Amino acid sequence: MTNPNNISLNISHALEFIDGHALNIPTLKILSEQGDILDGATKPELDKETALKIYSTMRFIRLLDERMQAAQRQGRISFYMQCLGEEAAITASAAALKQDDMIMAQYREQAALHYRGFTLEQFMNQLFSNEKDLGKGRQMPVHYGSNELNYLTISSPLGTQIPQATGYAYGQKLKHIDKESGELSSEIDNVTICYFGEGAASEGDFHAGLNMAAVHKAPVIFFARNNGYAISTPADEQFKGDGIAARGVGYGIKTIRVDGADTLAVYEATKKAREIAVSTGEPVLIESIAYRLGAHSTSDDPSGYRTKDEEAEFKNSCPVARFKSWLLKQGWLDESEDEAIKDKIREEILAALKVAEKVQKPALEELVSDVYDTPIPALQKQYEELKEHIKQYPDAYPVTAGRIK
Amino acid sequence: MAKMNMLHAINSALDISMAEHPQACIFGEDVGYFGGVFRATSGLQEKYGKHRVFNTPLTEQGILGFANGLAAFGAPALAEIQFADYIFPAFDQIVNESAKFRYRSGNEFDVGNLTIRTPYGGGIAGGLYHSQSPEAYFAHTPGLKLVVPRNPYQAKGLLRACIKDDNPVIFFEPKRLYRASVGEVPEEDYSIEIGKAEVVKEGSDITVLAWGAQMEIIEQAAIKAEEAGISCEIIDLRSILPWDAETLIKSVTKTGRLVVSHEAPITNGFGAEIAATIQKECFLHLESPIERVCGLDTPYPLALEKEYVPDALKVFEAIKKSVEF
Repeated sequence: MTNPNNISLNISHALEFIDGHALNIPTLKILSEQGDILDGATKPELDKETALKIYSTMRFIRLLDERMQAAQRQGRISFYMQCLGEEAAITASAAALKQDDMIMAQYREQAALHYRGFTLEQFMNQLFSNEKDLGKGRQMPVHYGSNELNYLTISSPLGTQIPQATGYAYGQKLKHIDKESGELSSEIDNVTICYFGEGAASEGDFHAGLNMAAVHKAPVIFFARNNGYAISTPADEQFKGDGIAARGVGYGIKTIRVDGADTLAVYEATKKAREIAVSTGEPVLIESIAYRLGAHSTSDDPSGYRTKDEEAEFKNSCPVARFKSWLLKQGWLDESEDEAIKDKIREEILAALKVAEKVQKPALEELVSDVYDTPIPALQKQYEELKEHIKQYPDAYPVTAGRIK
Repeated sequence: MAKMNMLHAINSALDISMAEHPQACIFGEDVGYFGGVFRATSGLQEKYGKHRVFNTPLTEQGILGFANGLAAFGAPALAEIQFADYIFPAFDQIVNESAKFRYRSGNEFDVGNLTIRTPYGGGIAGGLYHSQSPEAYFAHTPGLKLVVPRNPYQAKGLLRACIKDDNPVIFFEPKRLYRASVGEVPEEDYSIEIGKAEVVKEGSDITVLAWGAQMEIIEQAAIKAEEAGISCEIIDLRSILPWDAETLIKSVTKTGRLVVSHEAPITNGFGAEIAATIQKECFLHLESPIERVCGLDTPYPLALEKEYVPDALKVFEAIKKSVEF
């Protein structure tokens, strides 16, 4: 029988509506708040080296966030965004990937970037938009990116990376498709992970990206970070369905929901998602459930829209503390050693901050480079006129005046 | 050389581009087996496979989001938007993403592999939503290139240049001319440089400038003007971004007069940018005000399309007015 409408051919004679919450989606949890493997949970295959790398990444990001939040309050940088409460979701998912898999993040995923090897100095150069910033001082703080580390530069508009991840992953798959059959001819080398918040999932680009990934079979791991808030808007003013996960089923995408404060659950789910993507060439959706312990950004104050009681309730479910408890019980981590390392990192961060804030801003040329591969004539002319103007009033443009060729 | 209409010429440019790069992909609404609603991609799915030439779901923002990702990966992304009137859901992906990809990343990433093809313009009884010329919206966005061909030969050479160019390009195809315009087109590969206008006919009394389908209109107007004893220099701008001010300045310096014509509404149309630049650069050479012959500031009409469009008579009147000033 032909099926032009592309539906399951399942006829019923009873007038019955399916309830909007018919899917009662479970949340995968492996690790208890006390750091024990829960009864019935499969013990994860996480080796000591990877586990410690995940932990040291989370520890570093927490300290970096703490210091840079303060640096913003001191007026040393203009803006900052913390990862607070979502360190496990981001670090453990990045750890389940290969180094050359693509990461397309939203803005709060600095832990994934550090896991890949982005250095303290590189973070600082971007935050201070100095001439050593890979982004040439063009974007606000936390808009990191690195070609070498396969981490697409952050773009402020929300959700735009979602259909882009579909296109990028489709590119990763192309060479593995047999022209005649249209089927996979070999396992895919690399996939793309795409992070976005539950708020960004309301954008049209979410629908476009997931639907196209399903239809065109692109090996993307869509990683929805449901952290309860989009700036001040709570999730119950964002959607009425069962989270973001319920939508995956609507698109015909394999879906799982995980406890985003549970490093082991996130790691296992992402590792499995990657296996599915490389072997089938199809997308997977992971919805991570965590709580944004901090503010949206340094420009936000959550006390106006959520209660102290609510915040206190989630303070106890700190993902870093939970994973640390497990590591201590494994005998892989030493408490006093951990504290000593934290002190050392704090000192390194402060020292790096002091260096980066003294590095000069990008040269005037970087104002007009990279708009195109080479400047177009009209822009070249504007640039020459600007140089003459600055030479005429050098005191008004102290950042660049002394360096104009 | 073979005789081709504009669709054949575009198809030929796409065919060469698909053969050139094993990962180049063509995608958009109905571009697969059907070959597009205008048939510009006919036969290409059979030749290159369903995985490289494919229909997308009906989502322009998805098409451009996907295209940005594929281009960033390094594969030539040849996206089609079925009508330029429907490009607006993709506006954010084009204006905030494609155009800024290289700049915002400090050249860590780019989408130079992206080419967007889209039919534009009126004259097919398409009314509000199958007739628009939205080039000016995009001309306000640094990082994009915009190209418009006037005939099959130009279409093939310019499209090849757009695809090879290492920047995101929107290629506006004058749909009224898809089948109406027929001419000699080489079977082999060739490119026409982006950013260069062409003096189609030399003249001494007045410069008349247009691009795309409007070229045919100003050429008709120029014939009438010649009959009235006015010698017109006709220029095809070809690229709107970057645009070739130099060629135009040289021409207006010689003729002292300029008429610019485009189908899009006059207010803030690209003719305004041209007029502003020419009055600055040719101020002492101008012998009359620069005339703009454009669409009215209305949505594109249906029953009264003939009245709305900047036709040859309106252009002819503007030429006369300029010369008689």
